[in-house]
Amino acid sequence: MSNEDIQKGLAEIVEEVAGVEAADVTADKSFVDDLDIDSLSMVEIAVQAEDKFGVKIPDDELANLKTVGDAVQYIASNA
Amino acid sequence: MTALASRPGPAGTRILGLGSFQPETIVSNDDLAQTMDTSDQWIRERVGIVNRRFAKPDEKLVDMAIEAGAKAIADAGLSPTDIDAVLVATCTMPSMIPNAAAQVAHRLGVTSAPAFDLNAACAGFCYGLGTASDLVRAGSARYVLVIGAEKLTDWVDPTDRSTAIIFADGAGAAVVGPSEETGIGPVAWGSAGDLADMIQVADRNSFVFQEGQSVFRWATTQIAPIALRAVELAGIELSDVDVFVPHQANLRIIELIAKRLRAKGAREDLVIARDIVDSGNTSSASIPLALDHMRAAGEVKSGDVALLVGFGAGLSYAGQVVRLP
Repeated sequence: MSNEDIQKGLAEIVEEVAGVEAADVTADKSFVDDLDIDSLSMVEIAVQAEDKFGVKIPDDELANLKTVGDAVQYIASNA
Repeated sequence: MTALASRPGPAGTRILGLGSFQPETIVSNDDLAQTMDTSDQWIRERVGIVNRRFAKPDEKLVDMAIEAGAKAIADAGLSPTDIDAVLVATCTMPSMIPNAAAQVAHRLGVTSAPAFDLNAACAGFCYGLGTASDLVRAGSARYVLVIGAEKLTDWVDPTDRSTAIIFADGAGAAVVGPSEETGIGPVAWGSAGDLADMIQVADRNSFVFQEGQSVFRWATTQIAPIALRAVELAGIELSDVDVFVPHQANLRIIELIAKRLRAKGAREDLVIARDIVDSGNTSSASIPLALDHMRAAGEVKSGDVALLVGFGAGLSYAGQVVRLP
């Protein structure tokens, strides 16, 4: 799966969980500062991403995923 | 070999009566925002609580348990002398010795009854209900008073905004007795002691701590399967369930579990307990409090099929299907 596909899939999850327009979920955006996603929604996003991409995202790793790009990279290298 | 006798028990059990008690003092989000860095909006968005009740310093856990228990006995149409076992589910007794249940039994006028506390934290009421049902079925007791009672404010740092906004005080109770038909389904229960550190009071001088994100993940992914297992054990379909009463931990957890149940076939008109909004998280008391409040508000009726599921520190979890009295 290409990084582009991962970002597209992730954007769909973010839209469903947090009501953020998928088009706004771009690589440089910070989940907390730009997309206004709180820590519990981040868990929801992680749980759905785990199902969708077949990857494990433990809570301590989740804390390191500041931007959408970080998450895409993590998924790409761990899926 | 000499045979030992056993006592015959009834074919089934059911909840005969419910009762609850909350302290008078209502604490709003705005009240809390005056003493710590938080806001009404922040609390509503994160946990869904608007108001909660705090006991006064002289209002003891045992006092609240007695109030709830007396109401449940009256609601069952029984008198204290009919009760032959008292079980208090709690994790917030101020002292380990003595327990709460013996004092509760004595002060209610339930004389000489077996009385014991059970600590399964927020799963305590469902653990207690399952235990009470089995005591009755085994013939060990005819009528068991099960109480969930907590004074969490004794164990919460009032300046810690991650916990002080969530936890509250109160008690809820049920009387379990014999029935020709099954009114309390088999309990689906268990524990995950490998995750014990996730919610803990480290020592008796410290306060309750929880790893919010990890608990949220556990509750939103692992509890729906327990609820489904309880439905399976009761031999019914999920679509037969009228009311869903999960432990009132956090409104977002409640909504996410309910969403998972809907995806598995729960009805669109399933009534969901959201008592947390005005009661906060009262641990073992939250399920009977919610049931009693929903009944008083006319949201549920006698005969409804309710799916209960408790989960929390331990970690521990338990659920069962019951028919409402």
